[in-house]
Amino acid sequence: MLMPDFDFLFFAEVLVGGLLAGVMYSLVAIGFVLIYKTSHVLNFAQGSMVLLAALTFVSLLERGVPFWASLLLSLAVMVLLGLAVERTVLRPLVNKPPITLFMATLGLSYVIEGVAQLVWGTQVHGLDLGIDDKPFEVAGILISKFDLVAAGIAAAMVALLTGFFRYTRIGLAFRAAADDQLAAFAVGLRLPRIWAATWVAAGVVSLVAGLLWGARLGVQFSLSFVVLKALPVLVLGGFDSILGAIVGGLLIGAGEKLSEVYIGPFFGGGIESWFAYVIALMFLLVRPAGLFGRKLVEKA
Amino acid sequence: MKTIKLIPTVGRRFALSAALVITVAGTTFQTSADEQFFPLQSYRVGPYAAGGTGFFGGFIDYLNLINIRDGGVNGVKLTWAEGETQYEVERGVEVYERLKSHPGIAAWNPLSVGIAYAMIDRITQDKTPLITVNHGRTDSTDGAVFPYVFPLLLNPYSETSAIINYIGAKVGGLDRLKGKKIVVLYHGSPYGKETIPIYELLAQKYGFTVQQIEVPHPGNEQESQWLTIRRAKPEYVVLRGWGVMNPVAIKTAQKVGFPADHIVGNVWSNSEEDVIPAGDAAKGYVAITTQASGSQYPVLQEIIKTVYGAGKGNLEDKNRIGSVYHNLGIVNGILNVEAVRVAQEKFGHHTLSGDEVRWGFEHLKLDPARVEALGAKNLFHSINVTWDNHEGDGYVTFQQWDGKKWNVVSDWIAPDWALLRPIIEKSANAYAAEHKIPLRTADEAERVDTKPIVANK
Amino acid sequence: MMNPNASRFPAWLGPVALLAVAYGVLPIVGSSYLFEAILTPFLALSLAAVGLNLLTGYAGQVSLGSAAFMAVGAFAAYNFNLRLPGLPLLMSLVLAGFVATALGVVFGLPSLRLRGFYLAVSTLAAQFFVQWALTKFSWFSNNNPSGVIDAPSLSIFGLSFDSSIGRYLFALTIVVVLAWLAQRLVNTQTGHNFIAVRDNELAAKVIGVPVLRTKLLAFAISSFVIGVAGALWAFAYLRTVEPAGFNLDRSFQVVFIIIIGGLASIRGAFFGAALLVVFPLILSRLGSFLLGDHFDSGVLDMTQHIVLGALIIFFLIAEPDGLVALWDRLKKRLLPIPNNP
Repeated sequence: MLMPDFDFLFFAEVLVGGLLAGVMYSLVAIGFVLIYKTSHVLNFAQGSMVLLAALTFVSLLERGVPFWASLLLSLAVMVLLGLAVERTVLRPLVNKPPITLFMATLGLSYVIEGVAQLVWGTQVHGLDLGIDDKPFEVAGILISKFDLVAAGIAAAMVALLTGFFRYTRIGLAFRAAADDQLAAFAVGLRLPRIWAATWVAAGVVSLVAGLLWGARLGVQFSLSFVVLKALPVLVLGGFDSILGAIVGGLLIGAGEKLSEVYIGPFFGGGIESWFAYVIALMFLLVRPAGLFGRKLVEKA
Repeated sequence: MKTIKLIPTVGRRFALSAALVITVAGTTFQTSADEQFFPLQSYRVGPYAAGGTGFFGGFIDYLNLINIRDGGVNGVKLTWAEGETQYEVERGVEVYERLKSHPGIAAWNPLSVGIAYAMIDRITQDKTPLITVNHGRTDSTDGAVFPYVFPLLLNPYSETSAIINYIGAKVGGLDRLKGKKIVVLYHGSPYGKETIPIYELLAQKYGFTVQQIEVPHPGNEQESQWLTIRRAKPEYVVLRGWGVMNPVAIKTAQKVGFPADHIVGNVWSNSEEDVIPAGDAAKGYVAITTQASGSQYPVLQEIIKTVYGAGKGNLEDKNRIGSVYHNLGIVNGILNVEAVRVAQEKFGHHTLSGDEVRWGFEHLKLDPARVEALGAKNLFHSINVTWDNHEGDGYVTFQQWDGKKWNVVSDWIAPDWALLRPIIEKSANAYAAEHKIPLRTADEAERVDTKPIVANK
Repeated sequence: MMNPNASRFPAWLGPVALLAVAYGVLPIVGSSYLFEAILTPFLALSLAAVGLNLLTGYAGQVSLGSAAFMAVGAFAAYNFNLRLPGLPLLMSLVLAGFVATALGVVFGLPSLRLRGFYLAVSTLAAQFFVQWALTKFSWFSNNNPSGVIDAPSLSIFGLSFDSSIGRYLFALTIVVVLAWLAQRLVNTQTGHNFIAVRDNELAAKVIGVPVLRTKLLAFAISSFVIGVAGALWAFAYLRTVEPAGFNLDRSFQVVFIIIIGGLASIRGAFFGAALLVVFPLILSRLGSFLLGDHFDSGVLDMTQHIVLGALIIFFLIAEPDGLVALWDRLKKRLLPIPNNP
């Protein structure tokens, strides 16, 4: 049913806005993918890692530490966190079923959240990255400068990571560990090192995501809820595919916003909170391992 | 203590026993002093921690001021205890259960709609007042049905009316609202939806169109909503938010080019914590408030001098003194303390029962002159609580954010109470019918239980 | 031939003794705080955990949306009670359970295709959808402007159970009955089917277990129990409900309970719930006792949060079979086995 004067400009605006929002989701999803790829753990603590990274950065900044120093220090904190997590949580649980590991990361998220707020306090902080968020128009469509910058950063990160996994030795080692842990071990790859490296990488990704999301929402406790937006992206794109995280993010972002604007009014609005999951579910029924995920092998 | 060694043994013994007697006497004398207790279901952690630390900090600061400066209310010391709830209902209930048998409870002050609702039955049985300043069930304004619940100063319906009055003033008169469009962006929760019918009512009365747009909790993402707003091109947007929804709304408004000074925030979107994360985007944003910000008021100055000076200030960050939530806590403190004072005039200068304090609240009349005497001139306007009007006809004003602080940009405005009262009564009567509660009368309101009900063992 | 693992006490002694204490001793010596803040929430959460254990522990289907089914149970019970005057309270609860069942089957359908984390994440769809629907359609909360419902008074056969002891006994009885039924279920063919599907779906199919039906049955029964648990939570404990109280945190809470208590164990649900209900309270009392006025309630709470998280990790590392396994080992050590020649 074609509406008489369908507002294409508006549609395009919503679509573009949705795509860019989706990129922000992908940023968080990538952190998940990194960890899942190498240790088959769905790291629910990713959200609290984002919170910790952002809080550390902004608190240092507020105490007068210059921008780049704060960045490096926050990076250091996330690196240390990654190493600590691998040593204290992952290594003892190495052969346990995935659901146990997931629960462990849930417990971990409590710990990280608590520590972050204990150390840095529970105040709300504004975060100014120096990116002006005044919109500009392209062919009548409103585009946000901030979102474009975020998209650019995400693209750069994806390119870097994909290249890393495909073209470097360490990347190859990561993929080997993900493929078959026993075989990788037999070949001589140091698994604990790989896991630690993954968690460090995830920490770095958390920092980037934390900064961008923090600039958008303000740095405060609700930041850790971004993980709930990332989950449908993961489901859609596949838990272990970085490309999937991007494509999934775009699809979910666009789908969510379009549905809210066009389908939402029939329900009275507010359907965004669950529609993403519906979209993901619909895709899953066709491809149960996500668009780009590896098919889960049935246990023989 | 060399002197004691020189005094012969008998003398020493005598001195010691004398000292003992005096100490005991002194202690006994001290313990006969009365105390009035305020249990606090506070939240200093979790997503709403910033508001909680400010509000409960201000409340405790004011109680400390009364204790230190005046020695309590007519000699009755004010005491309190906090239990962390993280804004969660069942934790609020747990804190209630834990503290309810403490002697001398004056009133409960939860600052949470969910916790307040869970408490209504319980405190009605205990006969202890429940103060829900600026929030709560709108129909609890009707004291005939809700004898122990007090949505002091402002209930959600009054807030709506005041906001429309303000917008009307901005466009040159309420009659000029005809044909204009107002969007209400509300939080996807019962709190957010509560005022939808009143906006409809006022829209019909003044001839403007109102569109309600929902933001699902927690409100991290508002692109679609603001793009829809941009397309609708309203005159004003009313922000009925909570928590992170507020700064995101303001920032997203900037993203779509909607001017900040045409966004009017409600009482839970009006604080520093709501605008600071939005940075520059919040300049010009206006919000309603029942208490003005700033620390220049005499009572604030006294708190800084007396309480913070003695190192007993509750706020960790002294920059937050005078912020919106801090001042709300202080005003709430004033209301609670004055209610106790009013009750004490009738029942005596000692620890009061919950029902006596309830009587005090129902006779709490602070006109602008009295408010000035309390050192709060221009901090808040006045209040006039009666047995069947538990809101007290509070006035509101509007503040605008300039990037660094809030500035008052309006006179004290009165909501249209006469218009709202019949609706409130209808809703309250429906509640009474559903729960088979007989309506209270003015005479019954005067009857007071002077023996404190010890909450059931 | 004597069973070498038998203790000298008959198996039914433990549960009966426990019931005797629960029904006979506690109502006399317990304080209102014990009932209101500890026992009643413990009972409601245990029941939810029993339900989830049937689904996740025994049948192996991971669900992160338990709170949604609790919410459905609570609101359904309220609506049945409100709109069908004269309907006995217990019937309202049972009907509410069936409503939860219906929803459970619908949201359980993806389990026919998905597994593992993909299934877990799809159960989150239930969580968010239900929360949204209950808030959006004010019919569910009787068009109450605040969307918060007040629980009705509890009276069965004319007896009022409204006091704190009454509500405790009400919850206790329902929990005991349903837990007993669940325990029986586990030992039937259906229960064995659950475990077969959990352990090796392909093999189960091969030996003739109706996998699809079993999975849906698991969702159905588990949702019924969780729905009733939700109604108990609202009616017996909080006395009020808003959709926000059945959020993701609550779902995670129930999952924690079954993991810490012990998967695939009905007793485990109770152990886990006891820990999760009592432990934060003990921590906060201990905290305020030791640290007292030097730290505000926020700091104590954060510390609690951290300790709880650490405890979960610790349990997962040290005792992955849960408190139940710990308890069994302790029992073996304390109650010596009679010597058999």
